[in-house]
Amino acid sequence: MQFTRLLIVCAITLGLILVLNREWTVGGKSIPPMGKFLSPQHGFWQNADPMDKNYGGDFLFSQLKDKGEVYLDDRMVPHVFAQNEDDAYFMQGYLHARFRLWQMEFQVYAAAGRISELIGDKAINFDRDKRRLGMVYAAERSLELMERDSITKNECDSYTAGVNAYIENMKESELPVEYKLLNYQPEKWTNLKTALFLKYMSLDLAGGENDFEYSNAKTLFGMKDFEKMYPYGQDSLDPIVPRGTVFENPGVITRPPASADSLYFNRKDSLHLAPVKPDKDNGSNNWAVSGKKTKSGAPILCNDPHLGLNLPSLWFEMQISTPQFNAYGATFPGAPGVVIGFNDSCAFGFTNAERDVRDYYEIKFRDESMKEYWFNGEWRLSNFRYEHIGVKGRNEIIDTIAYTVFGPVMYDKKFTGGRSTQGNYYAVRWKAHDTSNDLRCFNGLDHARNYQDYYAAIQYLHTPGQNCIFACKNGDIAIWDQGEFPARWKHQGDFIMPGTDSSYMWQGMIPQAENPHQVNPERGFVSSANQFPADPATYPYYLAGSFPPYRGLVINRTLSSMKDITTDMMKSLQTENYNVFAEMARPVLLKNINDSLLTPVESDYRDLLAHWNLRNDIGEKGATVFSLTWDSLERVVWGDELTRSSLPLVYPTESTLLEAILKDSSFKFLDDINTPQLETLRDDVTSAFKKAVVTLQKTASAGRLEWGKFKDTRIKHLTKLEPFSRLHLPIGGGNNCINATKAEHGPGWRMVVELTPVTQAFGVYPGGQSGNPGSPYYDSFVDQWVSGQYYPLWVMNREDASDKRVKFRITFSK
Amino acid sequence: MKFIISTLLTALLGFVSGLYLPWWGIALAALIPSAVIHQGHGRSFLSGFLGIFILWGALSWWIDSKNNSILSQKIAQILPLGGSVFFLVLLTAFIGALVAGLAGLAGSYLRRAPEPNQAI
Repeated sequence: MQFTRLLIVCAITLGLILVLNREWTVGGKSIPPMGKFLSPQHGFWQNADPMDKNYGGDFLFSQLKDKGEVYLDDRMVPHVFAQNEDDAYFMQGYLHARFRLWQMEFQVYAAAGRISELIGDKAINFDRDKRRLGMVYAAERSLELMERDSITKNECDSYTAGVNAYIENMKESELPVEYKLLNYQPEKWTNLKTALFLKYMSLDLAGGENDFEYSNAKTLFGMKDFEKMYPYGQDSLDPIVPRGTVFENPGVITRPPASADSLYFNRKDSLHLAPVKPDKDNGSNNWAVSGKKTKSGAPILCNDPHLGLNLPSLWFEMQISTPQFNAYGATFPGAPGVVIGFNDSCAFGFTNAERDVRDYYEIKFRDESMKEYWFNGEWRLSNFRYEHIGVKGRNEIIDTIAYTVFGPVMYDKKFTGGRSTQGNYYAVRWKAHDTSNDLRCFNGLDHARNYQDYYAAIQYLHTPGQNCIFACKNGDIAIWDQGEFPARWKHQGDFIMPGTDSSYMWQGMIPQAENPHQVNPERGFVSSANQFPADPATYPYYLAGSFPPYRGLVINRTLSSMKDITTDMMKSLQTENYNVFAEMARPVLLKNINDSLLTPVESDYRDLLAHWNLRNDIGEKGATVFSLTWDSLERVVWGDELTRSSLPLVYPTESTLLEAILKDSSFKFLDDINTPQLETLRDDVTSAFKKAVVTLQKTASAGRLEWGKFKDTRIKHLTKLEPFSRLHLPIGGGNNCINATKAEHGPGWRMVVELTPVTQAFGVYPGGQSGNPGSPYYDSFVDQWVSGQYYPLWVMNREDASDKRVKFRITFSK
Repeated sequence: MKFIISTLLTALLGFVSGLYLPWWGIALAALIPSAVIHQGHGRSFLSGFLGIFILWGALSWWIDSKNNSILSQKIAQILPLGGSVFFLVLLTAFIGALVAGLAGLAGSYLRRAPEPNQAI
C-alpha cells in the first residue's frame, strides 16, 4: 500500500516536473516551460541584471594571437584595443554576442526564412517568401567570393570564432531571455550567417519594386496615363548631383527589344499578386560640408540612416583600435567592422540609393513539373533547389524551387503568397543574387586615410546601392551614388517582363565610374536624402526606383544659406522638424477649400491649418490637420481610379499629386469617375477637407490632436512583444521632415563628426548597448534620442585607461 | 524542530542544486531531507513546499530588488499578471514550492517503502 502510494506520488511529482519543463500552447498563445523559466537560478530572473553589475573580466581563448583589452565606458560602449586585426574582429564578435546574441541570430533566421522553426506554421508564408526570393542562394554565392578574398575571409573567420567563443562559454542561466521565452537554443555562428545578415540588409534596402502594381496600372490606365500617375522625375527635384552637371556619353548603350511595344508596353496583365515589401519609408540623410563653410575650418560630416525602429537596435556602438586602424562608430551585430563612423583621418556614412534592382520575368514552362522552360527558341532544363523549412510543432516542409537563367521562380502554382496568380510563373531577377564582397567596403573605409582609399573601398559595394558620403581631415569632401546598377532602357523592369528569350534581360551594368558623384564641389557641401541622384533629363541612364524629393530640397536650401557652421548647428539641422512639403502644399489647400461650404467646426480646423507654423513639433495641432487633410485628398483624387478594379495598385507619390495640382488645376484625375459631373480641384480639396475633419474630431475627442500624440512613435521589440518595446514616445518630425521620425520608422543612428585635428564627434541611437530587456542599458539612449540630444563620442587612447569614463575592463589573452 | 531542520535543509540543498543541476534539482533537494528526517507525510510535504517557497521567493525578491524591477515588470505583463511584480514573485515561489512539496511527500513515502511487511 505504501509502495503504491510512493509510486503514485512519484508519478505525480515527475508528471508535474515534465509539465513545467515543456512549452504549452493555450488558445494560440504559447506559454514557456514555467519551471525552467521561473527558476531564479536558471530562468528569466537571471537576466535581471543587477544595477551595479560588473561587466569586467579576464578571458582566455586559445584562438587569440596576442593580448587585447576592452574598456567599457559609462554608456557601455566598448573600446577595443587589439595588437592585430584578427584579434580585433574576434573581440568584436565576442562583444556582439555578449550584448546582442539573440538579435543577431533572429535577424539571420528572418533572412534565411527560418522563423517557422521558432513560432510554427504562422510564419510559413514569410519563410517561403524568403526562400523563393533566393535569400540563402544569394548568401551562399556571396560567401564564396567573400572567402576567396583573404582579407574578408580572415575578418569573418575571426569574427565567427569570437561569437562562438561566447556561445560555447555561456552558462544556461546567461541565455538571453528571448531564448527562454521561445524555448530554443542558439546555434553556432558561421560565416554564412554573416553573409545572410548582409542579404537581410539588401532585402531591406534594395528589395523594393512595384512591378506587379505598375503592370496592373499600365493595363488599367494605359501607358499615357501611367506616365502621368507615376512620372519619371520631379519639378521640385534638387538631385544629389546638381542639375546642369554634364555627363559623358554612356559606356553602356541599352536598347529596348523590337517587341517592346507589343509584348511589353501594350501587354495587358492582371496580376493579383502583392508581394511582401520592404518599408517604402526606408531612407536617410547625409551631408558633408567643407572647411570653407565651417567655423573651425575643418569639414563636418553628418549622417542619419532611417530604418525600422526596433529594440534591440540594429546598431551597436563601438571603437576598434589596432596598429593598422582606429575606427569609431555604429556597427552591425552580425557583421565585422565599423559601418557608419570615422577613423583618425576621415569620416564616412550612407544613405540608401533607392534604386530598383529587382525585376520579374514571366516564364513559360512546358508543363506543371517545371522541368523545362521556353527560352530563346528551345526548351531549357530548369535547376531545382530544395528548401527544407522546419516548422515548430510539425514536420518540416520541403519547398521545391525552379531556377531559370533569370533566377528563382518565386511565384508558381504552389506558391502565390496567398493570392491568385492565375497559374502563371514569375522568376525574380535580383541584383543581390550576383556575387559581391560588399563587406570589404567597410574594411576599406575603416582603414581609409584619404579620398583614394575611400574611392577604392566603395568599389566593393554592389548591393545595396548607397550614397556614400566622405570627408577627410585634409579637407576633401565627396559623395558617390555607389553600387552596381543595371543599365536599363526607359521603363525596363518597371513592369513584368517576358521571360521567353534573352531580349528583355539586363544588357549590362552601369560602369561604376559613371555613377553620379561629386568631389569638392564649388558650393562647399555634398548631400543626399534619397532623392534622384542626378537630373533624369540629362543623366544618360534610366533611374528606376522611388525617390522622395523633399528632404533633399530643404537640406540643400539650408546648407546653401549657412556659413560658419558648427556641430551644434548640424545637430539642430538633423533634428529639424520643419515640413517643407507642407510649405509647398498648404497654400494650394487653403486656396481651394471653399470657405462658404464649411460648418463652424470645419472653419475652426481650417484656421488651425492656416495658422500652423509648418513645424511637426510634438505640440502642433496644425501638423495633424495637414497630415490628415493631405491623406484625405490623395484618397479623394486617386481612390476612384485605384478602386476601379480589385487588382493591387500603389498610390502615386505625394510629389506627383502636389506637382500636378500646382501646375494644372484641371488635372485629369481630379474628376471622380463615379459621378456624372466633372469635379474640379476646388471640389476635391473641399470634400477631402470635410472628410478629414470627421477624423480630426474623433482624434480630438480621443485627446490626440497634438502631432506627437497623433503620430505616436514607438520602438518595438523584434518579436513585437509590447512589454519589451518603448511606446508613445513624445518625438516630433515625420515624413518629409529632416527628422524623419514616423510611427515605427526613423533615424536610427544620428552622427555628426567634425574633422578637426582632434576629431569632435557626436552621436545617439534609439536603443541601448545591451540587447537584454532586463538590463538598464537596454533602452538607455532612447530618451536622449527622443529629446534630440547627442552624446559626445569618445575616441579613447590606450593611455586613457584610468579615465573616469572607463567603468569596466575586460582582458583577452591566449 | 525536525520540521524546521528539514525545511532549512531543503532550502540549502535547493540552492546548491541550482548551481549544478537543472531547475528540477529542487525536487531532489526536497526529497532527500524528507527521506532522511522522519516526520509525517503532511509535514514532509509542507517542509519541502516551504523550503523552496522561501528559497525561490527570497532569491527572486533579492534579484528583483538589485534590478529595480526592470525585467520583472515586463515579464509580469507578458505572463500575464497585470504587471504585478508581487504576483510574479509569488508565482515563482509557488511553482517551485509545489514541485518540492510533492517531492517531499515522495521522500516520506520512500522512507517507509522498504518495509512492505508493515503494510496492513
